[in-house]
Amino acid sequence: MSKHPVIKSRKVEISFDIPISKTLPFWDGLRQGKILTTKCRKCGKLYFPPVADCGECLSSDVDWVELSGEGKLVAYTQIAVKPLSFQNEQPYIVAIAELKEGVKALAWLTGVEPKDVKIGMRLKIVPKTFPDGRVAFVFERLPDGGPGGI
Amino acid sequence: MRRVAIVGVGHSKFGDRQDVNLRELAFEAVKPALEDAGVSPREISYVAVGTVGSWYEELFPAVPVAEYCGLSGASLVRVEAACASGGAAVHAAYMAVASGLTDVALVVGIEKMREVDTPLMVEFLGRGGSYLWEFENFGMTFPGYYALFATAYMNRYGATEEDLALVSVKAHKYAAINPLAHLQKEISIEQALNSIVVSWPLKLYDCSPISDGSAALVLASEEKVKELRADTPIWIAGIGSSSSTANLSYREDLLGIESAIKASQRAYKMAGLGPDRIDVASVHDCFTIAELLAYEDLGFCRRGEGYKMIREGETEIGGRIPVNIDGGLKAKGHPIGATGVAMVAEQTKQLREEVKPTARQAPLKNYTALTHNVGGTGHYCYVTILKR
Repeated sequence: MSKHPVIKSRKVEISFDIPISKTLPFWDGLRQGKILTTKCRKCGKLYFPPVADCGECLSSDVDWVELSGEGKLVAYTQIAVKPLSFQNEQPYIVAIAELKEGVKALAWLTGVEPKDVKIGMRLKIVPKTFPDGRVAFVFERLPDGGPGGI
Repeated sequence: MRRVAIVGVGHSKFGDRQDVNLRELAFEAVKPALEDAGVSPREISYVAVGTVGSWYEELFPAVPVAEYCGLSGASLVRVEAACASGGAAVHAAYMAVASGLTDVALVVGIEKMREVDTPLMVEFLGRGGSYLWEFENFGMTFPGYYALFATAYMNRYGATEEDLALVSVKAHKYAAINPLAHLQKEISIEQALNSIVVSWPLKLYDCSPISDGSAALVLASEEKVKELRADTPIWIAGIGSSSSTANLSYREDLLGIESAIKASQRAYKMAGLGPDRIDVASVHDCFTIAELLAYEDLGFCRRGEGYKMIREGETEIGGRIPVNIDGGLKAKGHPIGATGVAMVAEQTKQLREEVKPTARQAPLKNYTALTHNVGGTGHYCYVTILKR
């Protein structure tokens, strides 16, 4: 890699065990086809992604609510130069959309050609299980003028 | 609070510096900074080392840096604020001197980014955005994040890919005459527009390179400035910082960087002046779109008019306010922990009218300069206003 003389350091492989106990309803919800998130019972703030504690009023009393998932696109890109652990993926479109409920979400936008992506287009978040077993969510295009427009 | 001046600066050559290790690279900036100030390592009582690290072998990097430069024994801390680690280290050392806790402080900014290959560096940086919600399943990258700002901005205001390319052409023009720059070459607008797509609409020439580099500053109290008989002390007239959310999806909009707006307002207020008084500036152009956002966030122009400033050459030497006339992060290079310190070193040189070659010296009217150092996607911002 280097044109200069170097010593190769020792190798390690790192993977973290990320706790999800407090947001488990979200991950379970994805498996049931639902996008669940939290709303603070005390101040009423709606969060996405979900949180167990409200940073606004510091209450830990939160409700789990289901989002419609429908929204419109506010920003996007197609990532061609990928991180090491995504090297096997085709270039992917990432979008941020504002949902009907007022919160925003970031996810891949699938099933759309890059040339057809337009800011303002209507999208819906859909739970998705990837071939490697990961459970997440993606945006899909909603037909223009259909129900749920914002 | 006591007045604080910069009395010594050092700046290594930026680039692929695999000819030196972390310690040796730090020495290249620390030695000239101490010599410039006329102080020995033993006279330094506080050292802040701005670096992000974890992609090079030393995990407590401030310690080997201090040891190698003869600074062991001083009060020592490693400061991390993503790509604003340098600015944060300046802030920490400023507070140490302004508070009266110490009379002479050293700031070191350093990054060693070329010990791993590009896909791994893209991985490390991308993980820094917000790991669980934006990286684990979606593989966000830093060009990707700034591309999201770019599409939102271009859609809202009508800026074009050519406008972004103009930022890069300007950066390369000045880097070509800066011997410390990573990419010392001019480029054409066609070269920029035809370079490979990294994360649409950002292309290779819209992105700062992965660089190694270091920079250092000696900060002194007013009494110490007199004692050292510093020729041209450059005073920190204003310093402001702010922060924003980890998740980009939590932001109000993507048409500006909230933390930069707040940090600059705080710095202007402390200095008792506004953007119209700034003669020359270093802004955080990690990507070309970021420079346009910076013009607006800093109040150099109205919201939505940043792209007009670059079109009209207002930020070149001879324009209303020269910006990044050292080549910026885009072409001088972006060793992330070094960047914020290097910005202050550059502006100190500008205010002393010591820039070599003189073709890169900004004309001074108010003898006032500004630095704007953003961390992450606006997770942090540090703004410093300097006066001669």
